[in-house]
Amino acid sequence: MRAMWSAIPRRGRVILLVLVALLLTAPLALDRYFISVLILIFYFAFVGQAWNIMMGFAGQLSLGHALYAGLGGYVAALLWFYFGIGPWLGVFAGVAIAALFGAVIGWLGFRFGIEGVYFALLTIAFAEFTRIAFDNMAFTGGAGGLFLLYDASRAHEWWNLRGGPLLFYYLGFALAAGAALLTAWLARSRIGFQWLAVREDQEAALSLGIDAFRAKMIAILISSSMTAIGGVLLAFYYNSLFPAQAFDISRSIEIILAPIIGGLGTIFGPIVGAFILTPLGEGLIALTAKFGIDVPGTKAVFYGLTLMVIITLRPDGVWPWLKRMLGLDETKP
Amino acid sequence: MNLAIILNVVIQGVLTGLVYGLMALGLSVIFGVVRMVNFAHGEFAVVAMYATYLLFVTFGLDPLISLLPIAAAFFLIGFLLQAALVNRFVGRSEHEQFILLVGLAIIIVNGLLMIFGPDARPTNLPYSFDSYAIGPMFIDKARVYAAIGALVVSAALFAFFRYTATGTAIRACADNLTGAAVVGLNVKHLYALTFGLGLACVGAAGALMVTIADASPLLAQAFTLLAFTIVIIGGLGSMAGALVGGLLIGVSEALASFFLAPSMKSMFSFALLVAVLVLRPQGLMGRRA
Repeated sequence: MRAMWSAIPRRGRVILLVLVALLLTAPLALDRYFISVLILIFYFAFVGQAWNIMMGFAGQLSLGHALYAGLGGYVAALLWFYFGIGPWLGVFAGVAIAALFGAVIGWLGFRFGIEGVYFALLTIAFAEFTRIAFDNMAFTGGAGGLFLLYDASRAHEWWNLRGGPLLFYYLGFALAAGAALLTAWLARSRIGFQWLAVREDQEAALSLGIDAFRAKMIAILISSSMTAIGGVLLAFYYNSLFPAQAFDISRSIEIILAPIIGGLGTIFGPIVGAFILTPLGEGLIALTAKFGIDVPGTKAVFYGLTLMVIITLRPDGVWPWLKRMLGLDETKP
Repeated sequence: MNLAIILNVVIQGVLTGLVYGLMALGLSVIFGVVRMVNFAHGEFAVVAMYATYLLFVTFGLDPLISLLPIAAAFFLIGFLLQAALVNRFVGRSEHEQFILLVGLAIIIVNGLLMIFGPDARPTNLPYSFDSYAIGPMFIDKARVYAAIGALVVSAALFAFFRYTATGTAIRACADNLTGAAVVGLNVKHLYALTFGLGLACVGAAGALMVTIADASPLLAQAFTLLAFTIVIIGGLGSMAGALVGGLLIGVSEALASFFLAPSMKSMFSFALLVAVLVLRPQGLMGRRA
């Protein structure tokens, strides 16, 4: 911990502390809408960090992370729906199932040498397969979706995630911050350096005696588990789940945008990306509404355009550039 | 089970599969040469479907005729897109290419949504409901025409790559990029040509696709995944593989729709894909790298 802290330059520590203090006290001043936007930012920073561990550090391109989020959410929601088992227990089941799927995908991919876009397609295939399966299963609510009743008399049961926006705000903040700390710790650990070695040159890593298969398996297990936790949070926040949303490839794409736009393989990248993209989406909704353009799709066209512009101008993401602008360049990513 | 019915379903699958194959051929050509996955592939197919629809309702043009101007226009679009934008991303990491093309795909789908709305637009050809009766079987006339169209376009592309100097030069880039550059081939120009050809394929496939499905923005993502799946199953860089993969997926979708439920048809495609990736990662017709 202390080593991680001292790796941040002095000015960076001040900025970081001010930002954390601002975010912790922000709910006092903000209305419900801004709190809901920040909850989404925390969610995307958290699951983005999970994806970042796998892609940014271990170099494995997954385009099916919605699978883990969807499984986590569905398992916890089903346990609550049928047996009244609270999400604080259900999250363990959700994580276990998601990690099992992650292990199967990882084993198939890494053992049989499926790499790059082939691996990406393998992850998409599993997510799509699961989506169609959930569409056709009766006990999960099928394509019609699964709904969790919101009972006002249980609104105080914060341990069952039955609370208001503030509960999800602070939980989301804790998850996003915890994920950043975990990633920073992993990045300095033995496995973190093994990931980088495998990412940069797997042949060379193998010749140094690094067990690349083991390193990649650890990455996918951590990543899928974290993403499943994010899925549980989202399921209990929205109180509804649909296979066509939860497992859809567009959900997977949403998860990976923040880390790529923010800066892949950096600790603050997913956070910066989430703070750019979520307000961008929300801002576009507000703007199109203000100018009276209520044609569906307008917002998304600008969103797509922004993605293309950012990836053309800042292929390494915004954070490395922002870091230079803020004069924090001596920080090790 | 009545054998004739099953045979009928299989033939429908084969006819559909040939159009799928042509669409996948476009992806395969781009993927095999430029080494980039066109994640906006299905989106382009749907644009071609809308173009065919518009040409049909305004000028009464048959898809088999409007195929030609659409393919030509798509060639131009592809050429310019590669020359202006995509060439900068060649050789860069996969996730950067992915974001660029996903951004493009988002723009296309939602642009279509803004212009045409979410409702599907059917192209009601005068012969839409005609069919050939062969013994106990009935085969849709429109699909037969579409399949023949797909075969002709594919054959033209094969001939181009096999017998023309430009086609040979493009194959050289695919086989050995450094070697191609050393003997003085203008790689960027050839890449732009290739992207144009790939989009011409998907444009033609989209024109023929109106005989199979009604134009709708919602189809785009499924088509991209479909083309991607077919190319991997058939074998990367193998043009025949794309057609074989298309046939296989067409038949498996038709059988799954018939015996189970139409909503479950792509489950089998993805199961097939996972099996191929694990058992024969180079694809059915691909050479081992």
